Amino acid sequence: MITAAVPERENYLNNAYGIKSWLLTRDHKRIGLLYLFTVTLFFFLGGAFATMIRIELLTPQGNFVSSETYNKLFTMHGVAMIFFFLIPAIPATLGNFFLPMMIGARDLAFPRINLLSWYLLVIGGLFSLFAMLAGGVDTGWTFYTPYSTTYSNSWVIATALGIFISGFSSILTGLNFIVTVHRMRAPGMTWMRMPLFVWSHYATALIQVLGTPVVAVTIILLFCERVFHIGIFDPTLGGDPVLFQHMFWFYSHPAVYIMILPAMGIVSELVSVFSRKPVFGYQFVAYASMAIAVLGFLVWGHHLFVSTQSVYAALVFSFLSYFVAIPSAIKVFNWTATLYKGSISFATPMLYAFGFIGLFTIGGLTGLFVAALGFDVHVTDTYFVVAHFHYIMVGGTIMAYLGGLHYWWPKITGRMYPEGWAKLSALIIFLGFNLTFFPQFILGYLGMPRRYHVYPDEFQVLHVLSTAGASVLAVGYLMPMIYFIWSLRYGKVASANPWGATGLEWQTPSPPPVHNFDVTPIVTHDAYDYSTVIGQEVEVG
Amino acid sequence: MPANDAHAHAESPALRVQFDTEAQQKDASTLGMWLFLITEVMFFGGMFLVYTVYRNAYPGIFAIASSSLDVYIGAANTVVLLCSSFTMVLAVRAAQLGQRKAIILFLILTLILGGIFLGVKAYEWNEKFQEHHVPGSSFHFEGMQPDEQAHAQLFFSLYFAMTGLHALHMVIGVGMLLFLIRQAQKGRYSAEYMTPVDLGGLYWHFVDIIWIFLFPLLYLIDRHLKG
Amino acid sequence: MGKFPLFPEQASTFAPDVDHLTYFLLAVAVFFTVLIFCSIFYLAIRYRRRSDGELPHVPHGGLALEIVWSVIPFGITMVMFTWGASVFFNESRPPNNAMPLYVVAKQWMWKIEHMEGQREINELHIPLGRAVRLTMASEDVIHSFYVPAFRVKQDVVPGKYSTIWFQPTKPGKYHLFCAEFCGTRHSGMIGWVYVMQPRDYQNWLSGGAPAGTLAESGEKLFTDLACSNCHKADGTGRCPSLEGLFGKTVQLANGAKIVADEPYIRESILHPAAKIVAGYLPVMPTFQGLVTEDGVLQLIEYIKSLGPKPIVGGGGALGK
Repeated sequence: MITAAVPERENYLNNAYGIKSWLLTRDHKRIGLLYLFTVTLFFFLGGAFATMIRIELLTPQGNFVSSETYNKLFTMHGVAMIFFFLIPAIPATLGNFFLPMMIGARDLAFPRINLLSWYLLVIGGLFSLFAMLAGGVDTGWTFYTPYSTTYSNSWVIATALGIFISGFSSILTGLNFIVTVHRMRAPGMTWMRMPLFVWSHYATALIQVLGTPVVAVTIILLFCERVFHIGIFDPTLGGDPVLFQHMFWFYSHPAVYIMILPAMGIVSELVSVFSRKPVFGYQFVAYASMAIAVLGFLVWGHHLFVSTQSVYAALVFSFLSYFVAIPSAIKVFNWTATLYKGSISFATPMLYAFGFIGLFTIGGLTGLFVAALGFDVHVTDTYFVVAHFHYIMVGGTIMAYLGGLHYWWPKITGRMYPEGWAKLSALIIFLGFNLTFFPQFILGYLGMPRRYHVYPDEFQVLHVLSTAGASVLAVGYLMPMIYFIWSLRYGKVASANPWGATGLEWQTPSPPPVHNFDVTPIVTHDAYDYSTVIGQEVEVG
Repeated sequence: MPANDAHAHAESPALRVQFDTEAQQKDASTLGMWLFLITEVMFFGGMFLVYTVYRNAYPGIFAIASSSLDVYIGAANTVVLLCSSFTMVLAVRAAQLGQRKAIILFLILTLILGGIFLGVKAYEWNEKFQEHHVPGSSFHFEGMQPDEQAHAQLFFSLYFAMTGLHALHMVIGVGMLLFLIRQAQKGRYSAEYMTPVDLGGLYWHFVDIIWIFLFPLLYLIDRHLKG
Repeated sequence: MGKFPLFPEQASTFAPDVDHLTYFLLAVAVFFTVLIFCSIFYLAIRYRRRSDGELPHVPHGGLALEIVWSVIPFGITMVMFTWGASVFFNESRPPNNAMPLYVVAKQWMWKIEHMEGQREINELHIPLGRAVRLTMASEDVIHSFYVPAFRVKQDVVPGKYSTIWFQPTKPGKYHLFCAEFCGTRHSGMIGWVYVMQPRDYQNWLSGGAPAGTLAESGEKLFTDLACSNCHKADGTGRCPSLEGLFGKTVQLANGAKIVADEPYIRESILHPAAKIVAGYLPVMPTFQGLVTEDGVLQLIEYIKSLGPKPIVGGGGALGK
């Protein structure tokens, strides 16, 4: 039992001080925090670009910035958010911090490679940042050829190089996770006792390891094409621009699951802890993660329905796309069923989990819309698609990320966040999000194409609504930023297990000691067996 | 099972703190290497995909362009690389038996063979420069129409991209061999601890296998027709 | 601001098809969204935590339940797939009597060529009730031809032809957008589609003063490029005769057979060595760089007009 009177025991934060102790650390917890710092930076950078986009779209005439600048804004928004925020956000921060702890390991299997991964992300980020500062890039985050290789006059190479390098960060993180899960589990931690957070990170890591190399080679070819004009994707030299799209989406569609699977893992934890019940259908939820990872590799062609891909290929990809829907549906139903006869707490992380389930449901169902061929022909490359993937990535991933951050904040820092403010911000984010992105579904069905700087007058009302929502959303995102920092000094001191959770990460002090556990834990129960925690003693603050 | 890291350290200097036993550590390293090789398969797989698409689109031109490569040099280089894999196996065997001098000897032999391969590759590339078979503004392939030139250039683009990436892996392999040789000289490897040599062997064989695919795909297209 | 629509106009035969599919999708989505939202609200409040020490009873998993909520959604998605695919299949099969039109996309304009020789930029005039089939080429990057009121969209990819068809059902003026990001003035690559009563359309056609029909322009180009020196009508030239070629099956030197359609003729002009007709030598030089995408389309139209009436593509249906 820790009380404020006792001098702080040694933990991973106070065992060493100074810049070097951070920049050369091999502790997965400190590396997780380095990532947290980095991705937060890119989140606010991407957010700044989004703000400018939304301001521009207040009026149809495009009179805030030039077309050139606008194109750079949405490109850099996409690049910063996808490659430097969403992909590393959950796995590299919370995953890095908690995956080893949850399986009772002292660290990841390869701590030095883990640190290298962070440096690769930073170096990749610096390349892309340089490109942004030097003049920006205007190809869209998808880099479609031949525009990106022959026609664009912007900093394509530096940006692509940044993404290439950060890709290796993602590969190495995935590799580290897979080996850790296979070889580092504590005695008694069988596969079917692993928390679902670990399962979903395992599935994510498979995608990172199998998918990312393909985008790496695609970027190399893009690079060669732009520099040497060798004709790989250049139609005037016999190349095929659509081949680039196939290769790009072979990674970038599974990358969507890199972003959403870890979020699902967090939500499984939250729903269980704050219902004080095991996740309903634990095995189905675990296998659903694996199914999503595998099926995710078979559906990339649904981004190419109008790209001159053959009609029969389109039919097959549409058909397979619906298979991914089933494991996602299974998860949503199981989470909801977990609430039945539970003991449900309305702590902030649970509010985020509710928000996630609701928004992911809408995002997932609209995914069924765009997988229907006849419907997709009309809405692809419109705001409908923009709204759909923001519901998944912002409504889904970021909601879960924030939920996880609140949930584990006491473990990471040893301090509680202010509950009232946190609840308020969760509400603001939920409302702001819907106001921002719901109108975009209507805009898209009306025919508003994405990436339009100037647009017809009749779309203005919906754009104004969307911008209004975005400003609410921005306030919602700034609030946690402020009170999290505030809590570092003024927050209540957290106990080892303030939520009454079962995960091994809660069986060690907050903040954890350098090697996580003073004694290697021996696991004798299934994950989420609350009889082991409740009824004995619930430590409170 | 050691209860804490102080214990673990006391057992063996090579055991890292996050592992409980040396067997666990070796297992983890080996699994990690295999996973890395899987990522490499996906990486080269992208290249092979592009190759397949364009060879299928322009089979005739690819056959003609391919026949300008020197099949004898390519075959000789294949033999060199296969021999290097053999010496690498011997180095791993020596490490398992704890024969320090033999490890060093076979690693150096592997290094030399790898160096020969790269040297021959450099010679071949240089030839391409002289023949104007390097993609770019000065590209020219004798006896072809302008539009066919573009497709022949596509072949050579793939030739350079694929052999270039392969050579890059060879260069990394050479660096790795230098590191292993140095460590072996310091007496770091023994029958109990030889994981790096083992993993180095896996990597070297992988790079070798890639070449086994590259050689027929680039040098031997339609070779049977010409006799 | 003025107009504030919430639903797009229906102006083609596809529009109601797509909209009906949308209503179905929307119904399913609303049902499940309401189901999930209400369940969460109800369960969360009904089973809210009443004391800190309470420990809920753990139910056993329900295999039956898992099967039910896997199989039912799967059945529903298969309906979505079949419905969506059937709409798409219609969209990808132009009727034989569709009126052909040619579109060349470039940064940042749409150039449209009518068979009668009329040319338009960023405007497309078409008669009401008549199926229209566009053959589209791009001179630079990828563009995408999108008319929301018709619910159709098709990428225009450099180096190949893509086609799209639709049948307008309502006179009026509709947005034409470029939907694939194509560079700085992407959002300026827009135009209007005018659906006119057939009589008005005829007036419009005869209103301009075109230099000649598309085929006539093609014939002039054919002569200017000296194609006629080798491609002689009676087949005595060094190259095959083009009389009645379009739509016919051609025997190639490598043993393969191919139907002479638009992509084949385009390839034969730009990459003549790619497919050699059996019995001829590869003597034709490439015309890449010598003839624009517009020019290629004119040549194709000229070749279509040669000899007996073609069977595919509907090029000859125009005179009806």
